Amino acid sequence: MTAAHPARRGDLRVALLFLLPAGFGFVLFYAWPALQTFYLSFTDYSLLAAPNWVGAQNYRAAFGDARFGNALLVTVEYVVINIGVQTAVALLIAVLMHRLTKSSLVRGLLLLPYLIANVVVALVWYNMLDAQLGIVNAVLSWVGVDPVAFFGETSTAIPTIALVNVWRHMGYTALLLFAGLQAIPKSVYEAAAIDGASEWRVFRSVTLPLLRPVLAMVLVLTVIGSFQIFDTVAVTTKGGPVDATRVIYFYIYEKAFQQFDFGYAAALSVVLFVILAGLAVAQLRLLRAGSSDLD
Amino acid sequence: MHNKLSKPAALAAAVSLALAGCAGAPGGGSGSSEITYWLWDANQLPAYQACATSFQQANPGTTVKIEQFGWADYWNKLTTDLVAGTAPDVFTNHLNYYPTYAAKNQLLPLDEFVSRDAVPTDVYPEGLADLWTAQDGKRYGLPKDFDTVALFYNKKMLADAGVAEADLANLTWNPQDGGTYEKLIARLTVDANGVRGDEPGFDKSKVAVHGLGLDENNGAGVGQQMWSMYALSTGWTYTDKNPWGTEFNYDDPRFQQTMAWYRGLIDKGYLPSLATARSGSSVNDAFGAGKYALSTNGSWMINAYFGHDGVDVGVAPTPTGPSGKRATIFNGLADSIYTGTDNRDGAWKWVKHLASAECQKTVGEKAVVFPALPEALAVAKETFAAKGVDITAFTKPLDEGATHLFPITDHAPEVAAVMGPAIDAVLTSQADPASLTQANEQVNALFR
Repeated sequence: MTAAHPARRGDLRVALLFLLPAGFGFVLFYAWPALQTFYLSFTDYSLLAAPNWVGAQNYRAAFGDARFGNALLVTVEYVVINIGVQTAVALLIAVLMHRLTKSSLVRGLLLLPYLIANVVVALVWYNMLDAQLGIVNAVLSWVGVDPVAFFGETSTAIPTIALVNVWRHMGYTALLLFAGLQAIPKSVYEAAAIDGASEWRVFRSVTLPLLRPVLAMVLVLTVIGSFQIFDTVAVTTKGGPVDATRVIYFYIYEKAFQQFDFGYAAALSVVLFVILAGLAVAQLRLLRAGSSDLD
Repeated sequence: MHNKLSKPAALAAAVSLALAGCAGAPGGGSGSSEITYWLWDANQLPAYQACATSFQQANPGTTVKIEQFGWADYWNKLTTDLVAGTAPDVFTNHLNYYPTYAAKNQLLPLDEFVSRDAVPTDVYPEGLADLWTAQDGKRYGLPKDFDTVALFYNKKMLADAGVAEADLANLTWNPQDGGTYEKLIARLTVDANGVRGDEPGFDKSKVAVHGLGLDENNGAGVGQQMWSMYALSTGWTYTDKNPWGTEFNYDDPRFQQTMAWYRGLIDKGYLPSLATARSGSSVNDAFGAGKYALSTNGSWMINAYFGHDGVDVGVAPTPTGPSGKRATIFNGLADSIYTGTDNRDGAWKWVKHLASAECQKTVGEKAVVFPALPEALAVAKETFAAKGVDITAFTKPLDEGATHLFPITDHAPEVAAVMGPAIDAVLTSQADPASLTQANEQVNALFR
């Protein structure tokens, strides 16, 4: 027992050493900018002149800003479509892979869209979906469907952007879930087979409960990532038509880098931070991510 | 691990070296020095590279390093570099941005240099040089080029419709019935069955060719190549005075009638819906693909429009409006000097060279944009003509006094943030043109 103490302290030292690079990056690139942002959110700051303390004025303005409310709604619409479809599709792909094939070629192919830069994916889809010159509408016209302005119509713009990003991310998400599925012991599936359970019943009563901790983690990460939708909007619709795709990050970007209202943009970022932190905690609680049904 | 630690360390070292380098530089007017120059238009790079070469020959020991970034990156990078103190010595400036930079003391006033070297500022087309005098009365740029808007047309479509090209020089327009201009647009619109927009049985839900193209960009509160040529031809003006107006006039009936007429074209099927225009391709690509017969656009787009294979293109001036005159926005770029430059004299010499007849003629020879100096413009006109492009449609408004300066005000980005969605809402029929009165109040509140 007495010998354990020095050994532990040795562990701590080694652990700190290993944490140092990540910790350095975290403090320099996350913690410090976050604190700066928090400070700037109480100032009037145009970047080119020193910040000016204005108290809670930016926050009061944010709560009266209809466009900010709209941005939150638009973002939530995006997240619901994006995460809903993406999780369902990824789960389906993961289960299919798990039950049918272990081919690394298939896994590689699934990951392909994820390997293409976001901006490239967005621009290629933007061109393919054009109402007048896009290939998708050309194909639709062969089967007698009138052209659809996917990115241009206020009603279809957000669903389109959400589905384009589903296309890019579903393979990656499927692989994460697939890794989770592989951790489920074979014996439970064998037991289910002996009991004569149908494929659906196996999914519902064996796969889903045992996958829950992994699913919870994947959901937390993808939801937070999804809230940060920016690049697809920035290179395609730029927030329009009207305010249909003015998602929260794009709105913050416009305030900061186009209108030089960094104080207000910082306040919006802090509000978003609080929302996302609350969401992550709620998700982890609801999905009991810390415990497994495997024990 | 090693990488993660060493990268920031190397960065820190590089930054401190750079700072040390900067600290050592002032006062070193003689000897070798480098001037960094930024521009955003890749098409103009060869012309300015040629200017730099001749500058370096005339000024041994001084080198000019030209860097080019796309439009969107350009302003983000410039702003952050201004904050970081690493902005280029000289950069191409735009009327939308320079008032902010000037107000934040980021630009070097040129007055002292201009009077010292007796650089003439009255040689440009009227008003062009004045655009660069800020509210404080100081000059922050020397004009390098200018642009106007005109009407591009597809020659074959015109011939198919039985319209003579010469007729396009005398088009009239009014916000009530659109005049002969709208008649032309209707004539050039063709549905999927080959029925023209002015013929009975025209199906506006299945249009194959729209008479007029709609720009993919949101024109915000300016509508430079979208609707400004109509609104301004009614006698309407953006602001109470220009430059530096403080009251916008988006509540004026003449403006709102113009927007109602413009939206009417969409309802009639003569202009594509906003949704179609914004769904992926640019207006000039759709024009090149034969989806539009006419397209209003700026002179900076000449090479794009005339560059389409197999499309015979012509340009006509914008139509004459109720004021009895046609109208176009008259806009120009200039070169500005960063206030934090470590080589003011060198930077000024380069700006002076950029504004000189020698460099302007070089730009004219490349036939990409219109140089600001009339003698260089003549060179450009010849080069464009040699390429089969007659630029008279763009220069005619200058001779007729039909140009209107780009609206220069404070709060330009905020105005755009209000007016962009407001005009979108009108064009998508989500709101009536009368709703622009409320947007106008929002805009004017920025100045109080």
